[in-house]
Amino acid sequence: MAPTEVTDGNVLPTVETARKLGVLPEEFEKIKEILGRDPNFTELSIFSVMWSEHCSYKNSIVWLKTLPRDSDRMLAKAGEENAGLVDIGDGLACSFKIESHNHPSALEPYQGAATGVGGINRDIFTMGARPIAQLNSLRFGNPNLPKTKWLVKGVVKGIGDYGNAFGIPTVGGEVFFDECYNTNPLVNAFSAGIVEVDKVAKATSYGVGNPVFIVGSATGKDGIHGATFASEDISDKSNEKLPAVQVGDPFMEKLLLEATLEIIATGHVIGIQDMGAAGIICSTSEMSAKGEHGMIIDLDKVPTRQANMHGWEILLSESQERMLVVVEKGKEDIINAIFDKWDLHCAQIGEVVAPGPHDTGRLHFYQHGQLIADVPAHDLVLGGGAPQYHREYREPAYYQQFKQFDSNQVPDVAADELTAVAKHLLSHPNIASKKWVYEQYDSMVGTANRSTNRPSDAALVRIRDAKHPNYKKGIAMTVDCNSRYVNADPFVGAQIAVSEAARNLTCTGAEPLAVTNNLNFGNPYVPEVYWQFVQAVKGMGAACLKFATPVTGGNVSFYNQSSDDGPVFPTPTIGMIGLVENPEHQMTLDFKAEGDLIYLVGPPQNDIASSEYLYSYRGVKQSPAPAFNLDEEYTLHQSIKQLIAQGVIASAHDVSDGGLFVALAESAMPRGLGFSISTDDNFRTDAYLFGEAQSRVLVSVKPEQQGTFQQLLGAELKTEHALLGTVTAEGFVVNGQTVLSTADAKDLYDNSLGRLMA
Amino acid sequence: MEFVADINIMPMKEILDPQGKAVKLGLHNLGIDQVSDVRIGKHITLRLEATDAVEAESKVKTACEKLLANLIMEEFSFEVRIA
Amino acid sequence: MKFGVVVFPGSNCDDDTVFALQHNLGQEVIKLWHKDHDLQGCDFVILPGGFSYGDYLRSGAISRFSPIMNEVIQHAKRGGYVMGICNGFQIVCEAHLLPGVLLRNIEQKFICRNIHLKAQTNQSLLTAGLDQERAYRVPIAHAEGRYFTDADTLKKLNDQEQVLFRYCDAQGNVSEAANPNGSLENIAGICNESRNVFGLMPHPERAADEALGNTDGKLILEQVLNVLV
Repeated sequence: MAPTEVTDGNVLPTVETARKLGVLPEEFEKIKEILGRDPNFTELSIFSVMWSEHCSYKNSIVWLKTLPRDSDRMLAKAGEENAGLVDIGDGLACSFKIESHNHPSALEPYQGAATGVGGINRDIFTMGARPIAQLNSLRFGNPNLPKTKWLVKGVVKGIGDYGNAFGIPTVGGEVFFDECYNTNPLVNAFSAGIVEVDKVAKATSYGVGNPVFIVGSATGKDGIHGATFASEDISDKSNEKLPAVQVGDPFMEKLLLEATLEIIATGHVIGIQDMGAAGIICSTSEMSAKGEHGMIIDLDKVPTRQANMHGWEILLSESQERMLVVVEKGKEDIINAIFDKWDLHCAQIGEVVAPGPHDTGRLHFYQHGQLIADVPAHDLVLGGGAPQYHREYREPAYYQQFKQFDSNQVPDVAADELTAVAKHLLSHPNIASKKWVYEQYDSMVGTANRSTNRPSDAALVRIRDAKHPNYKKGIAMTVDCNSRYVNADPFVGAQIAVSEAARNLTCTGAEPLAVTNNLNFGNPYVPEVYWQFVQAVKGMGAACLKFATPVTGGNVSFYNQSSDDGPVFPTPTIGMIGLVENPEHQMTLDFKAEGDLIYLVGPPQNDIASSEYLYSYRGVKQSPAPAFNLDEEYTLHQSIKQLIAQGVIASAHDVSDGGLFVALAESAMPRGLGFSISTDDNFRTDAYLFGEAQSRVLVSVKPEQQGTFQQLLGAELKTEHALLGTVTAEGFVVNGQTVLSTADAKDLYDNSLGRLMA
Repeated sequence: MEFVADINIMPMKEILDPQGKAVKLGLHNLGIDQVSDVRIGKHITLRLEATDAVEAESKVKTACEKLLANLIMEEFSFEVRIA
Repeated sequence: MKFGVVVFPGSNCDDDTVFALQHNLGQEVIKLWHKDHDLQGCDFVILPGGFSYGDYLRSGAISRFSPIMNEVIQHAKRGGYVMGICNGFQIVCEAHLLPGVLLRNIEQKFICRNIHLKAQTNQSLLTAGLDQERAYRVPIAHAEGRYFTDADTLKKLNDQEQVLFRYCDAQGNVSEAANPNGSLENIAGICNESRNVFGLMPHPERAADEALGNTDGKLILEQVLNVLV
């Protein structure tokens, strides 16, 4: 096929058509400049999706670049590959990433969440890594609304049905409810996998004449313009605008996983990429730009599910469970045999061509023998020709208002009110056990989840390698973000999100390694929203630097706002992994035995700001982020690591949502134990028990270890700590008063969410 | 008057039906490889009171639109007859 | 003794089962691909958990017609040992190697959690050496695990001691409250009349490794060795 005149048979689009496709007039001009002529509709569609926020990060990349991105363990930096890659020693690396599927889940929660799980796992296994565990971070509106219940049930079932069939355990996550998510729920899915360092597959394409294959499901009119759609405000009319929902097929995904790992193992794969947003056009352009080669693609060879699809529909389709693979010429039979074995469709749709004299590689798309699009790959992609914008930002008025909060205006909790507050918090859907959710996920497939029978702040997964059956190392992982804190103060709130993730890993006995982030915000063209984004990125950067946990990649999701409800709370979800070198250093959160001593490590504060207690029990919605100091937080983690390494504590649990009382309850309940503690008269009782000031960890210590514990923490580490009381056989006792029986507490904690969803 | 409605709910033609696809593969493995397409939906029968067929049809249509079918992904058809 | 673990395209507990047999029990084990026509001399065939063919239509309905299943059925008819775990149990029922069917859980949801099991008879290879007073803690993970059969078959299962395991609470009480999925008479596992085909919904291979903090499942898997070796 020799390139001829480029036409897709349509009249050349105007600036108005461009606008409808979401292309700004100045972007339209830039496209003309790049092509040296007017683009046709197919080409304009290509630019519209590749330059959408979803693919190009055009409104966020200038700030994302400020995040720390390197450490000695980094094998692939942010944006270089499908997912981040961290060296864990012994020739192994951990590939991990988080990604949002917010807008699809808002419309069709079951398929939206399911395809989100599918997409993130493909990002992992296209690197040659076998996924070992998944997490998810979910945010919904008021749980009493029928619409919220429909969304929760659909999303949870979607994640479960897809992940369970795919066969990778879902080992943890978070669920949070607030009215700000009524219209825009957030569904962030995380996956981590393990790969041998020398078998990592790349998302690239080079080698003139090498064949280009499409593998997996046939291409249908799924999610066409989905990438563009994802970048627009959701309104009530979205249902009509959406041409089709993407349907996930976990069975196909499982076949793709096995076949992909097999073809990568042959050593004949040049490059491979998942087809996510913007489908074929995204993978062909990103791989070609990276490998600095071009491609000739015959769209007639793409297996389609529907007849008579337009070229641009095939190029932009987001049909799930597909990959683009470039292999060494002459090895087609080996690759075909593997796909045959797994009953997978595999079609050669083109080949790699040399770059031209004036570019680093062009993409030529043919249909019915006609060249319908001819575009330079480099100009389509992030880091190439895709636009990058500095958006205007402005501090919102509420920020200073929230700081005016005066806790003296809030009455302290009276002794006879403790039971009411305790019941409120333990049954509150933001604090109560998420058992109703996570029991719908297979958390044990893969026989790798060490936290099933040993509860800990972060999930700990062993690396169970058939080649090394006695391999000891484990990966701890967690997703965290208290978006109420971030809303109150995006800079501090984002620091807290990173710190809480690191604290959870530390309390599990792991060394934090690296971060993936999912930045969920409102409309970036609203300066106050963009200010939240900028502040959050700055806070996140500062904390990641402190903990030496570089950001390896992730996902930005803007436009999580609607005309009725405004933007969601700024929600920069942090996914963090850590390494446990010695599984004997796994730390658990449950109290072990009656008589053990309970200590609070880290300073108590007279602070109730942004606590669940203040927000939902007292009904005070406006207060700043809780007390937090990054240096103190860092020091605390070093002390906790020492306590664990020297074996002087029996449990460790971080004090977070619901404060000290909830932490005590969560440590006591797993073994059906109780506690008896005293508060400190130097602090408000509510602040002491329910305040959410950061940098505190609850630990229990065997009486015979008390001396060693105090010596280590006091004399050597000089870390503030206080003896609160002891573990008892039954009942939650504060200052001699029984607040709740263990059984009543357990019933409220375990079953409240299920009752709400029933 | 009592009516019976026979309702068929099918995944929309343009939407992937993973179940149909897997069953087609199963049939081919059994040697029935003349089967070129399988799509799997739901059949629902319900009984209802209505003054006439027009009202019954309108009620059934509402039931399909509001609850029985997911109009983002499924289409429905039905027949109403006197019980 | 040589174990064979059948791998359907959507099996996902195949590696877990192989790992438990090989590394936790020290046995010889091979994988048997669903398109193969030969059991390669395996004495004991295990159909592992997973979603064999995506479990569309009905769990196990399509996989039952895989080429390897002809061999498995012949092996069972010759008196060879076959055990189906979870999805494998659904498949052996679809293949009529065991009576009954596994329906959608009573709460219509997938359930994954540790449950307790009580062995019901010493008249089977799988349960002969188990303590019938003890509650064994083993995980379940399924959406379709509600055992059901007609009254006549149920009576026969009980009369002939074909019920191997029932769900119980941590204290060993077989009660409605301890029934996680609505199974008939808390049935969690059964065998056929000839006592060479076993099916159970819980996953003993997920509780066979000290690293995971629970080895009750290993005690169950080990029964197979005690008798045969």
